[in-house]
Amino acid sequence: MPKLSIEDLKKMREDAARKRILRDGESRVRITIHMGTCGIMSGARDVLKAVLSEVEASDLKDTIVTTSGCAGLCSREPMATVEIAGHAPVKYVDLTAEKVVRIVKEHIAGGTVVQELALAVGSEMTR
Amino acid sequence: MEPRLSVLICSGTGCASNKSMEVMDALRKEIATRGLEQEVEVVQTGCQGFCAVGPIVYVQPDDVFYQQVGVKDVPRLVEEHFLKGRPYKDKLYVPPMGGMPIPKLMDIPFFKSQVLVALRNKGLIDPEKIEDYIARDGYQALARVLTEMKPEQVIECVTKSGLRGRGGGGFPTGVKWASARKASGDIKYVLCNGDEGDPGAFMDRSIMEGDPHSVLEGMCIAAFAVGSSQGYVYVRKEYPLAVQRIEVAIEQAREFGLLGKDILGAGFDFDVEVRRGAGAFVCGESTALMASIEGNPGEPRAKYIHTVDAGLWNRPSCLNNVETFANVPMILQRGWEWFSSIGTGDVSQDPWGGSKGTKVFSIAGDVNNTGLIEVPMGTTLREIVFDIAGGLPEGKRFKAVQTGGPSGGFLPESLLNLPVDFDRLVEAGSMMGSGGMVVLGHDKCMVDSAKFFIDFTADESCGKCTPCRIGSKIMLQSLEKISEGKATEEDVEQLERVAHEVANLSLCGLGKSAPNPVLTALRYFRDEVMAHVHEKRCPAGECKALITYSIDAGKCTGCTLCAKNCPTDCITGERKAAHAIVTDRCIKCGSCKIVCNFDAVVVQ
Repeated sequence: MPKLSIEDLKKMREDAARKRILRDGESRVRITIHMGTCGIMSGARDVLKAVLSEVEASDLKDTIVTTSGCAGLCSREPMATVEIAGHAPVKYVDLTAEKVVRIVKEHIAGGTVVQELALAVGSEMTR
Repeated sequence: MEPRLSVLICSGTGCASNKSMEVMDALRKEIATRGLEQEVEVVQTGCQGFCAVGPIVYVQPDDVFYQQVGVKDVPRLVEEHFLKGRPYKDKLYVPPMGGMPIPKLMDIPFFKSQVLVALRNKGLIDPEKIEDYIARDGYQALARVLTEMKPEQVIECVTKSGLRGRGGGGFPTGVKWASARKASGDIKYVLCNGDEGDPGAFMDRSIMEGDPHSVLEGMCIAAFAVGSSQGYVYVRKEYPLAVQRIEVAIEQAREFGLLGKDILGAGFDFDVEVRRGAGAFVCGESTALMASIEGNPGEPRAKYIHTVDAGLWNRPSCLNNVETFANVPMILQRGWEWFSSIGTGDVSQDPWGGSKGTKVFSIAGDVNNTGLIEVPMGTTLREIVFDIAGGLPEGKRFKAVQTGGPSGGFLPESLLNLPVDFDRLVEAGSMMGSGGMVVLGHDKCMVDSAKFFIDFTADESCGKCTPCRIGSKIMLQSLEKISEGKATEEDVEQLERVAHEVANLSLCGLGKSAPNPVLTALRYFRDEVMAHVHEKRCPAGECKALITYSIDAGKCTGCTLCAKNCPTDCITGERKAAHAIVTDRCIKCGSCKIVCNFDAVVVQ
């Protein structure tokens, strides 16, 4: 390890941004994959893996990827909820790895809700 | 792939002794079996504070807190939470008074009233990874200090913040740094006091074990401010994990160019070494500590020449406590205005005018939530004991809280609304000390408790000055006489007089503060003390010479449990018939009372 300059130190901190938001549990964006038995049966694990690699590939440092239990609409699994600070949460249904990559690119990175994949916008109370 | 879940498992001394490291290994194994090793990181952290319910596992970003996790819980925990995304209910925190499990850490009363400054990285970083510290803004304050500030500006910032020494003295840190800067001499030292000899206190140990770089960064900033290029961390050998973590941190900091020559390429040199103490209580005293680092017996000296002018090897030395140093980077990073907005009083004109920032306390004794907490200065004793520490266990009533370690005073129920800061505690006859807090229930005798602590300080007195050496022994003898029911009023008067003399005449802080338990027992619990003298009675039922054990025949069911547990076989009685204690063979150990399920053992 070469000795750090001031710039190196700042860069190390920036590069560790994901580690920081993960452990603080606070971020601008949170995408939750619903992992009930129904979800896992219909492919939620593959959806989750696709989200994780796309978030990494697109270098989305302010995004937390998390999981939760069954969202209640078992017939439309796999499902995911995207929460962006200051916006209503959006629930997506009938997901596949390809569809969720599109959601990461267009909604999380691009800021535009993918209307044709969304079940509802702002349909549920959160926090 | 970057992980989506961070599993933070406590490796502090408390949790580790409850096998948290075996839990960590089991977690890693189970996560691998489930194919989740890319998605879930397992991090060993320092003490998370809530030692009473360890081993602790905290899962982020979900903010879920698990208590008392054992190896056998691991498969279900991994499946339920890490795979299926729902908290594993069996291991969630349940309040001591009952009620629903609380999944979120920030909803647990123990955590939600705390304000973390010195413990800012508590449970969130791996203490053996400098990258984790840097990820959470570590060494950013140092970078700023070295590139944007002059030493005088650093001192001004620390002075204005109102930071006072967390080791117990409460001396304004900025004032000390200014004196050390002014002191003449080419070689100056920055010393860190990690001796922490108070029984039951573990604030500094937890910081050294859990966030060692925060201490090194604070020392480095101090060194820049006072003009030093060499530092020493003095830690007792009884803290092997703290020694190891500090040594690992020093190695890493050197490797990254954050210690050594030309730090961060800014042209400033500073290096640190660890010096281990043998564990004498007096070595936490500044001059004794310096004598010990020099390799001499740990004895204090009179301080008409200050250590900032002539300390270690007679050179100017700036000594601060572990927690003080851990606060420093935050002050430089967030500004003195922020720090001085927390706490009590006004330090804008007088650095002694208030107590600013937060204080870490280790809370022990008769409370539900023993552990480590950090609260703003000015928080009341009641909030600490009842809200955060969860009050006393069922069946116990509050009697007193001792603050400040073995030489702190006992504060009674009437002072529960006292805001905790340096000056208010001293006014009440106790002290901040380094932040130990022991809660005593109604069944603790104040004479016996005072005797226990005077026994400790008499034993730890280095013997250099007469008032402490002889005075502490006299106090101990008087307390023994009182607890045996042999004391007269004159003995109590003598005890009080000697206590004042020891406090006034002793050479160092050890002797000056040692009489606090005696003086506060007399000040707040005089009736109880005098019951030992006048009535030859111990109201709390603890002083063995003044109590007898007997069995209430009406309550005894003849289960024989007490007789089986009696070490002197002095309990007689047939099965299913009332038992009796043969008093002349009874050693009053209390074993029968502890095992009795029917509350039939009576102490009078």
